[in-house]
Amino acid sequence: MEDAVNATISEPLDIVKLSLGERVFMKMRGDRTITGTLHAYDAHMNVVLSNVEESIHIVDVNEDGIPQAPRVERRSLEMLFVRGDGVILLSPTQ
Amino acid sequence: MLIFSFFKTLTDQVITVELKNDLCITGTLKSVDQFLNIRLDGIRVEDPERHPHMLAVKNVFIRGSVVRYVRMAARAVDTTLLEDATRREAHNTGK
Repeated sequence: MEDAVNATISEPLDIVKLSLGERVFMKMRGDRTITGTLHAYDAHMNVVLSNVEESIHIVDVNEDGIPQAPRVERRSLEMLFVRGDGVILLSPTQ
Repeated sequence: MLIFSFFKTLTDQVITVELKNDLCITGTLKSVDQFLNIRLDGIRVEDPERHPHMLAVKNVFIRGSVVRYVRMAARAVDTTLLEDATRREAHNTGK
């Protein structure tokens, strides 16, 4: 079984190929994370996702320059194209 | 090439382009090129109070590299077709 999986994954983008039609987690520049169903990708890691939930992780700083507890802003989008230059990583979710 | 073709299928649909400076522009997609530069007609900015300099602008050309996201309606996209095309492209360019 493991040999079969290793044979299918011979280059990094193969793990993205195996995630087509599946839920994926993506970490983005600007303290953003995204989960969604993967429908398309290319070599630049441009992707198209559906049923997307985006989280923006924000640390506010008060007037004394002291960072406050981190907060998360969330939003849902039905269909989204993500440009590849902002992508840090993509991972299949179980 | 795949994503370029995908955007061509969205021509004349209303889409929202979110730029890397957080500006969100909604408009009708008129054309797209291989760099994913985008031309939008009849535009509206999501938060006009924050971007008053955009009020008079009706049509824009957006350089592909400043785009963060493009949001669109789910019914505008055939997801099965898109996945098949992606598999075919991965097969052809891969090995």
